[in-house]
Amino acid sequence: MIRFCSQSLYKNARFLTGLPNQTKCAKICIVGGGPAGFYAAQHIIKTLPQCEIDIFERLPVPFGLVRFGVAPDHPEVKNVINTFTKTAKSPQVRFVGNVNFGIDINLQDLKESYHAVILTYGAEQDKTFGIPGENLQNVISAREFVGWYNGLPRDKDLNVDLSNESVVILGQGNVAVDAARMLLSPLDELKKTDITEHALAKLADSKVKSVYLVGRRGPMQVAFTIKELREMINLKGCSSIFEKEHFRGIPNLIPNLVRPRKRLTELLVKSALETSPKPSSKEFRPLFLRSPLAILGDSRVTGVEFGLNTLEGTELENQRAIPTGEREVITSGMVLRSIGYKSVCPDPSIPFDNKRGRVINTKGRVEHGVYSAGWLSTGPVGVILSTMSNAFETGANVLDDIRQEVINLNEIRPGINAIISKLDAKGVQTVSFDGWEKIDKEEVTRGKALGKPREKIVDIKEMLQIAETGKKVID
Amino acid sequence: MNVSTIYRYSYLFKQKKFLETISKHSLLRYVRTSEVVNHGEFEYQDPKSEEDVVNVTYIDKDGKSNAVRGKVGDNVLYLAHRHGIDMEGACEASLACTTCHVYVESSHLDLLPEADDKENDLLDMAPFLKENSRLGCQIILSKELDGIQLQLPKATRNFYVDGHKPKPH
Repeated sequence: MIRFCSQSLYKNARFLTGLPNQTKCAKICIVGGGPAGFYAAQHIIKTLPQCEIDIFERLPVPFGLVRFGVAPDHPEVKNVINTFTKTAKSPQVRFVGNVNFGIDINLQDLKESYHAVILTYGAEQDKTFGIPGENLQNVISAREFVGWYNGLPRDKDLNVDLSNESVVILGQGNVAVDAARMLLSPLDELKKTDITEHALAKLADSKVKSVYLVGRRGPMQVAFTIKELREMINLKGCSSIFEKEHFRGIPNLIPNLVRPRKRLTELLVKSALETSPKPSSKEFRPLFLRSPLAILGDSRVTGVEFGLNTLEGTELENQRAIPTGEREVITSGMVLRSIGYKSVCPDPSIPFDNKRGRVINTKGRVEHGVYSAGWLSTGPVGVILSTMSNAFETGANVLDDIRQEVINLNEIRPGINAIISKLDAKGVQTVSFDGWEKIDKEEVTRGKALGKPREKIVDIKEMLQIAETGKKVID
Repeated sequence: MNVSTIYRYSYLFKQKKFLETISKHSLLRYVRTSEVVNHGEFEYQDPKSEEDVVNVTYIDKDGKSNAVRGKVGDNVLYLAHRHGIDMEGACEASLACTTCHVYVESSHLDLLPEADDKENDLLDMAPFLKENSRLGCQIILSKELDGIQLQLPKATRNFYVDGHKPKPH
């Protein structure tokens, strides 16, 4: 009866979608349940009706950096979760949470069980300077700081000390600006977001008044984008103060700049030279032409020693910072390092470029049957559109390889069953999408009591307890 | 097909979710649930009269034209969804992403209200930005836009394995 029923469903499905009669089921797995993984799955199920896509995620909860990276005060960016949820609920897709790639399963297991493996596990490590003092207390990577206020389980106990008036952020990208905004935003604004309660409690007692955003080059080379800058400039109760001397000559360059840089520079120049900062109790201070030489302090940070730079080179984007020999110390009780992420290699059989911190690939092709997408593939740059396009491209390449029979669907692969028996043998409790929805519901309920859209659960054990009441990954 | 797949299909069938997932675009018009169409409900209504019709041509990333009949008041992002055109709209028209980036052909570009700072700020982040770039979710059809052509940007090719970084546009 079940068989009959499903066959007729299949016939209907083919009839309705007008897709060619595909008899063999492609078994595909995706490692990493973030945007790249969900977009790759979305692209594949759109054209390949008969496939099984299993998305393995290390955490019990899906959505990666959309949940743990996007700032709590940018809830609109998280609307994409609705699309991902639709993908996860497609009959072809199965979410399998709490599976640690490299420990619970490895690449070989996946290659044996699936026709194609797509690696999308992102970039979870941060780049370091390699200067003295980076390990002092209260020198924190911005990645961990973001994880802390966004409820990433491994960062829940991060020791953040906000008892000092000044914070130095090293780096001038959007992550650096996000961190600055969290430190300087009025508490009442943050209370309405899904920021974790532990972060909110610390921020409520924060003594931070000045946040320095320090870059080694000039205003023409900042990496943050205009949206983030405008938010800082318009931030309630906070004034943005720029060093006017670093903007000398820049207004003359504006007419020759191309669009994104042009509008960004216009706004920078306008705020630096034409607006007098509103008197506020808090300050946002972008500083330029400074490279950190050492982080100072005995056990905990007391300041940062910078070497001053000048710029060399005619092409603005590629101007290099050259030390002038002068030095300067900025006193600060907290340092956030925000100079980019890199990926890790949890399985030595992955062809990996350690220097660049990403998997070696050509347009998402790694080796026969193995693909990559997202930041693991491209390096940690770009907005969600970049990740989406990249994941679609990888998805299209998988489909191409199936069409060209580079991937041979005649070879029978066991798919999820083989993996689940391995995980069962190791005692790994997997979390289905239904399990995640139990967690989701609980988080929303807890958030409601606090006047927030959700209160994230930050303890993996607790997540697993709640998810256990949900359906199993396979029946 | 293994047993678990069968269960999944039958489960979804029981939940009436089967049709909506298996043939999203072609069937949305006929099988609609509040869950699927939580935005863009208006775009799924047909024009009430010929007066109301605004013709729109979408040119997809492979250069293929799709002529559709929109109506006054339609948001071109949701109109694209209705007609199965690949315009993503990740943030659901809340001006927080750039996934509905389109090029508006010149004769209609000037008829659009100028992009505000928020839209422009986002466009600045879009790969392959051009002078005639706009966000689809911010274009609402009016009668004078009849005949508007919207071209979707090519799939981004700004990722290079050798670390080469293309110049900004």
